Amino acid sequence: MWLGILVGAAACYSLKLAGLSVPESVLEDRRVRKIAALLPVALLAALTMTQTFSQKTHLSLDSRAVGLSAAVLAVLRRMSFLTVVAAAAVSAALFRLII
Amino acid sequence: MTRTETAGPADSDIPAPHSERQARRTVLRDGISIGVATGTYGLSFGALATTAGLSLAQASALSLLMFTGASQFAFVGVIAAGGAPLAGAMSAALLGTRNALYGLHLSRLLRPRGAGRFGPAHLVIDESAAMSLDRGSEDLSRLGFWSAGAGVFVCWNTATVVGALGARLISDPGAYGLDVVAPAAFAALIAPRLKDMQTWRAAFLGAVVALVFVPFAPAGVPVLMSACAVTVVAIRGSRAGRRP
Repeated sequence: MWLGILVGAAACYSLKLAGLSVPESVLEDRRVRKIAALLPVALLAALTMTQTFSQKTHLSLDSRAVGLSAAVLAVLRRMSFLTVVAAAAVSAALFRLII
Repeated sequence: MTRTETAGPADSDIPAPHSERQARRTVLRDGISIGVATGTYGLSFGALATTAGLSLAQASALSLLMFTGASQFAFVGVIAAGGAPLAGAMSAALLGTRNALYGLHLSRLLRPRGAGRFGPAHLVIDESAAMSLDRGSEDLSRLGFWSAGAGVFVCWNTATVVGALGARLISDPGAYGLDVVAPAAFAALIAPRLKDMQTWRAAFLGAVVALVFVPFAPAGVPVLMSACAVTVVAIRGSRAGRRP
């Protein structure tokens, strides 16, 4: 078990380090700059969707969708960050309790 | 000393700061908030790890050394399903690949040199990347990265211990809605950045491509396919419409 933990941790750290080690000449490229700016938004949007609408390798529609909808409503009403997260968790939990 | 804000356009979502100090305080508060929110699913990580058969020390080692939530959940998932620890390490690495992609944006911002990148590298995670997006000035974006990275590190590790010790109380994180905390947090963090058509398109494309790949690819891969799709579209776009 410990070997797996250490190997996994080393691999994850190397990936993080690799990202910060891209040479400056590459980063200055106009296309790379554009991609670098768009990638985090695309990745986070993708994560939002997969973490809400999938269960392992299946698409699924469950109480998490209710939670995310509550979060989106709270965002639109310009609630604070913690309110958004709490609204999502509470509504998902309540929905689960009811059905 | 008064200071006029010249860096970047005023962001309609962040109240126009009267001073640099006030703006910094807002960013720090956001960093701590995301630490607290992430801490809640750190509780469920600690609980799941213990339920999967990891000791408290092993669960904590994952949070301290691996320190990237999705990878840790993947590792524990493999162990819980009876898989080998090295197989767990493989899928953790797959999930951790996206952190390398955040590096493209972050190294422009942080400009780390030589050994100076070893520290910040450990804090490159979804939350710190999200908090470093366009906070109004490069200084504030850097502060966003550091405050979220440090805030999450402290809360995540504390929560892992608490969750591991209280595993029986939170054996089903879904019961408390903890499984929707992460996507809700990501939605809240990207929403203010969706200011122009190009960013909207990237977010939409990323979301759709990831969902399309869910049934066909192992966990972690759909998100990487989104990154590929956005990269391809961005390159083609900059070739086609160079001059307006």
